[in-house]
Amino acid sequence: MAFEVIEFAFGTLSMSSQSAAALRKQFAAPPPTEQILSWGRYPKSAHHHVHKPAWNDQVPDILKAAVPGFLLPYGLGRSYGDSCLNAGRDLVDCRRLNRILGFDESTGMLRSESGVSLSDIIDVFLPKGWFLPVTPGTRFVTVGGASANDVHGKNHHCAGTFGAHVRQIGLHRSNDGLVICNSEENSDMLHATIGGLGLTGVIAWADIQLKRVAGPWIDAESIPFQSLNTFLDLNRESNDRFEYTVAWLDCFAGKNARGIFFRGNHAADHGKEFHPRRGPKLPFALPSWMLNRYSVKAFNMAYYSIHAAKKGAVVVPYDSFFTPLDSIRQWNLLYGKQGFLQYQCVIPETNLEAFAELLDRIARSGMGSFLGVLKQFGSAPPAGMLSFPRPGLTIALDFAMRGERTLRLMQSLDEIVRQSGGALYPAKDARMSPALFEASFPRWRGFVPYIDPKISSSFWRRVTGAQ
Amino acid sequence: MTIAAHPTTTRPAATPATAMKKIVILGATSGIALEVQRQLARQGRELLLVARSPQRLAELQADLLVRGAHNVSTYSADLASIQQHAAVFEFARRTFRDFDTVLLAYGSMHDQEDSETSIDVLLQELQVNFVSATAILTLFAADLERRGTGCLAAITSVAGDRARRSNYVYGSTKGALSLFLQGLRSRLHPAGVRVITIKPGPVQTPMTDHLPNSARFADPEQVARDIVRALERRSPDVLYTPRIWRYIMTAVRQIPETIFKRLSI
Repeated sequence: MAFEVIEFAFGTLSMSSQSAAALRKQFAAPPPTEQILSWGRYPKSAHHHVHKPAWNDQVPDILKAAVPGFLLPYGLGRSYGDSCLNAGRDLVDCRRLNRILGFDESTGMLRSESGVSLSDIIDVFLPKGWFLPVTPGTRFVTVGGASANDVHGKNHHCAGTFGAHVRQIGLHRSNDGLVICNSEENSDMLHATIGGLGLTGVIAWADIQLKRVAGPWIDAESIPFQSLNTFLDLNRESNDRFEYTVAWLDCFAGKNARGIFFRGNHAADHGKEFHPRRGPKLPFALPSWMLNRYSVKAFNMAYYSIHAAKKGAVVVPYDSFFTPLDSIRQWNLLYGKQGFLQYQCVIPETNLEAFAELLDRIARSGMGSFLGVLKQFGSAPPAGMLSFPRPGLTIALDFAMRGERTLRLMQSLDEIVRQSGGALYPAKDARMSPALFEASFPRWRGFVPYIDPKISSSFWRRVTGAQ
Repeated sequence: MTIAAHPTTTRPAATPATAMKKIVILGATSGIALEVQRQLARQGRELLLVARSPQRLAELQADLLVRGAHNVSTYSADLASIQQHAAVFEFARRTFRDFDTVLLAYGSMHDQEDSETSIDVLLQELQVNFVSATAILTLFAADLERRGTGCLAAITSVAGDRARRSNYVYGSTKGALSLFLQGLRSRLHPAGVRVITIKPGPVQTPMTDHLPNSARFADPEQVARDIVRALERRSPDVLYTPRIWRYIMTAVRQIPETIFKRLSI
């Protein structure tokens, strides 16, 4: 901070050689091209302008004034690829729309503007005994982003996705003004907007059904496993008894699928006292040579051994259970300047060989990383037209961006996903082919009529060829 | 070197000097005020919000109540118009009785070039940032002085410490307001009323979005934290936030005018 201020102050002082005219020109010129990065820091794309409405009443004018296809709502930028980017065009940064518009203490129904973060919701409502119905792997996403990507969490097998708990949405549309969408009114628009990648309009606010919890603690258990079948057995055994299940996977173990299975429930009575920690922050992008197959393999072995050694039941605070990575701010800088790609796919359980083949190919490539996350989705019907979760096994893995060979590996994984009848998650994607998108979301053309004419995204143009 | 044997220096625990409970915010929808209010709400304070838009006030009221404010009243008025001041003050005095803190947070920053070429813009900037601000502060000052308690704070700017070519109109209105507060402080000191001059450096708010490098400006949350702390304590009289600006502006003020006039900052 201090450095930036000094740099700013002296930066301005050092402009002294410029003439006043040049300075004026600088003020008058259209805002400079703005580089906005998504969480994966790949691709690097420049935007023309970032609108920053501070109030919902300013959004209609922004929509009206825009050139068709030039806008895209933007939240905390935690999508990994280009689904939150609009290269060469504009973004509508919704982070200042961060007010809680109402809360019903008796029912737990929350009305929140789109820029409110899930972190903020936890901070405000957990002390009152309410919690998010679905908590994704990071709390630093907005309500708008969580709805538009219909995010999922460790309780997908019993609670479905985030969108399943969004009861109503107020949606700014460029043609129709504020459209109220719920199960009775404009239910198709609600269905399109949940998981709609921000393309149907700018979410003004959403009504979310929170759930009652006793406190901030989780009764957690970790169990090491050595094969995919054991993992599935653990799921079968846990699905009825545990609200939350997920696994960490050592992606160097290949077909053996070695990992740690985590399961948990909200602790009934462990007190309300809890002081969230503020973890360290990665100050800059690490040099890319620091992450190589040896260092990552060593990390994975250590991680497995440590967790296998301390297997068993413990009571842990909610944040270390749900969002362990949030404790290192800007962990995405770990992957160096070139950024990274995340690969999250789902493969039907009937096709376990395909899944094993996928793991094997990743292990043989030696390019995997420490964040292999494995989860069995439940059978809840999708909350949105373009929702990603569906019955099957989903795995999410990071790959440091190392140019062509990284992309080639992912293409070879695509083949397995496609042949197995699986799908890829748009929120994590920066490179899937139009064909794979078509295979993952065969009904996407039915979604097109709901897209707001003023809105588009880099992702959408890439996978559908839209202009 | 000797090391003091007695327990570590006993700093007087942060003196909750003025019992800050009921705060009037003039310009409640301004970027910095939004963050200040949120932090005050978290502390369970009572707030009276004054701003133009009834719609925005209603949204703010809902938000701050959920976030823990003990009570939130709102009053819709255009503070740039002095004719409306009496009604604002009356409302505060009658329905928000015994308020103890007043924070003036509104301001306007026009494009410098516009305020050089248009007298209307120039006068408007003066009206909003100086004329109307001093008028309403005078109203509230008299009340606090009579009651012999409380705190009056206003957000000016580091830009008021030295007028620069690139924004001297804004800077001079804020500088004038700082001077006014200086005098008001002397006047109210005997009555036991505190006057705080808040001088933020550039902050990321809607007011500064159009400026170059605005992404590097200070985080409003941090600035608000400094402001709330200053409201709670007995000192300082003049708050620079982020703190580094106290030193930067001390340096900038030392530059001789013969040199300064040649700088196009």
